[in-house]
Amino acid sequence: MMDKLIIAGRSFNSRLLAGTGKFASNKAMVAALENSGCEIVTVALRRVDIDNPEDSLLSHIDRERYLLLPNTSGARDAEEAVRLARLARAAGCEPWVKLEVTPDPYYLLPDPIETLKAAEILVKEGFTVLPYMPADPVLAKHLQEAGTATVMPLGSPIGSNRGVRTRDHISIIIEQATVPVIVDAGLGAPSHAAEAMEMGADAVLVNTALADTADPAAMGRAFKKGVEAGREAYLAGLGPQRDKAQASSPLTGFLRDN
Amino acid sequence: MNLCVNGQSRDYPTSLNVEQLLATLELNRDQVVVELNREILVADKYVDIQLKDGDTLEIIQFVGGG
Repeated sequence: MMDKLIIAGRSFNSRLLAGTGKFASNKAMVAALENSGCEIVTVALRRVDIDNPEDSLLSHIDRERYLLLPNTSGARDAEEAVRLARLARAAGCEPWVKLEVTPDPYYLLPDPIETLKAAEILVKEGFTVLPYMPADPVLAKHLQEAGTATVMPLGSPIGSNRGVRTRDHISIIIEQATVPVIVDAGLGAPSHAAEAMEMGADAVLVNTALADTADPAAMGRAFKKGVEAGREAYLAGLGPQRDKAQASSPLTGFLRDN
Repeated sequence: MNLCVNGQSRDYPTSLNVEQLLATLELNRDQVVVELNREILVADKYVDIQLKDGDTLEIIQFVGGG
């Protein structure tokens, strides 16, 4: 049993948060979520296609088991993000929000200024704010001061599967953080998730890697193990890196004289 | 009565309240959230809110996302 993750006073057994986008089917999504052991799942808000209404995603997600974390994806500035967060709350969600402001459609990198602005407004309105952010330690401090419940620096661009490319800055964020650090975006393999956890991240958030595979159910299980392995290694304490070899076996002297 | 619903102009022969509009569109009221002229509506009030010609509505629902 891993140590618990505490966000805004609420405790979770799993340190893996999962997204619900891009799955080939709801069945595949449900299997991936179940096997991943996650307890927090992100969802997005969109206009209903009134000519062709679809079955609601929510009918496939067990709200007893998972905390819904609505995101503000699609927002290009603070105002749009605040509007989406309020809509999510009105839709009956707890006032938790993954704040996401991504004006650039090519890299989907978060806008630091608009993210901070929106965070300040949403915190004042009583939201528990989990902001997706550039891996910038100074911004992380500003967001914490604004009262966000976590900081969520990106490993690499959303959906890129490139892993923890912002490693050095994430290390500084972890060192300085007073709230949980969740590495979000770009984690494409269980080893990436393990790497983030070994560095001391409190949790990771994964979507594309679970959805964009032939076997989401198996990938959910694989990520669960990666996150647990990384956390356990972090708690155990990794040995120091060295420039030269240090023998693991005793160098006995009986084979030769010198 | 003309309404702009999710960006589409739609004509209705009779006056409707929000609850009736959702029923006409065959939408489950528990699975959507409605903005009327940029104001978020409380679901309990759907039946009390009579729509007027020229009203703009956004009907939103949860979808998969990361």
